Amino acid sequence: MLRDMEPADIAGGAFKEARLTYFDGASRIVRYTDVEVPFPEGRLIVSCTDVPGMITQANKAFVDMSGYSKEELIGAPHYILRHPDMPRAAFKGLWDTLARGEKWTGYVKNLRKDGAYYWVFATVIGNVRKGNLVGYTSVRRKPSRTKIDECAKLYPTLFAPGEREAYSP
Amino acid sequence: MTHTFTVSPDFPPARISGWFIFNTWLQRRLEAAIHLELYDDFVRQRADIAAGKIDLIYANPYDAALLVREKGFVPVARPRDKADEAIIAVPAASAVQHVEDLRPGARIASTDDPDVRTMGMIMIEPADLSAANTAAVACGNYVLVAKALLSGTADAGFFLKQSFEELSEVTRRQLRQIVESHIYVVHHALMAGPRLAPRRDEIRDALLGMDQDAKGRDILANLGLAGWDELDEEATEFMIDLMDTLT
Repeated sequence: MLRDMEPADIAGGAFKEARLTYFDGASRIVRYTDVEVPFPEGRLIVSCTDVPGMITQANKAFVDMSGYSKEELIGAPHYILRHPDMPRAAFKGLWDTLARGEKWTGYVKNLRKDGAYYWVFATVIGNVRKGNLVGYTSVRRKPSRTKIDECAKLYPTLFAPGEREAYSP
Repeated sequence: MTHTFTVSPDFPPARISGWFIFNTWLQRRLEAAIHLELYDDFVRQRADIAAGKIDLIYANPYDAALLVREKGFVPVARPRDKADEAIIAVPAASAVQHVEDLRPGARIASTDDPDVRTMGMIMIEPADLSAANTAAVACGNYVLVAKALLSGTADAGFFLKQSFEELSEVTRRQLRQIVESHIYVVHHALMAGPRLAPRRDEIRDALLGMDQDAKGRDILANLGLAGWDELDEEATEFMIDLMDTLT
């Protein structure tokens, strides 16, 4: 169970609040700012989850960019990164695509522990071992500013009626 | 029965003799006849892998999926502390300071080394560049990639980090690195094919013990390696999954 984000963890003073409810029914208050952290040059953010979506592996770039310690990330649900500016529709097709045994790609705005955000170009694939799905690997790389700007305009238009209102803490 | 050993064609030409010496050492350790077959390019090597002619390979990570998932190879060992990383460089006097300064139509020099090319293409994505809007300048080796930059026939070049660092001082002074990958988990792998798979642990033991004596260390030095670490099935599957996300 994720705890609410603590005001003391938020960098830079002023922040906004939202209550996010995740696919498994869990819910928490997230606090976020308008501070963007640029994706580091030449890095890949790599993480693995088990089938339910709990993080099992996190590389150093993931730890550095998320702001969480490795100990905080391992065993946490991957939606710990979910930013309130990401509409559910932006992830539509992710699970359907993975269920077909294909890889999913998309541009994602991620939430850091300190309330700042970072954009990534994400690819997710299922890990199949001896014919069985045992988890997922997600690799995030640096997106172009053009794509970020397109998504920053598009995503606010994809919220379903009432989806954002439900954020009220 | 003579087995066939091959090496990913991206090795530096200066290491050819080192691989022949390694093969002689391996034959003695395994008391087996092993023929070393070297290829100038990946296409011919992959054709022989597909034809089932290869029994042991020091493989490029890009080929790991083909070898493990389609041809039944088993991972044996990986080079110690030696990940494959890529560098993008430009002529020292170029106005290009960052990847984002490269423009559509840019001429990109690279070898046919598939993992370096994959990493290089990923690193130019932030400039909205891809194979579709850049011009590929094909080069036979990394020295020729450098020459393409110095002669003005390419605007940027993809290098294996180790090969960039092994360019002559004079050449490197005329080039400037604009970005370097820090991926850490992509590396070459020594793998045994179905006919040698039953001897996988024996090969692993021989390799892991190489750095324990002076002769073994000399052979490793000639290959530019510090030693070998065991590579298990799951670590290989992880690398295959990771490469899959990049292509």
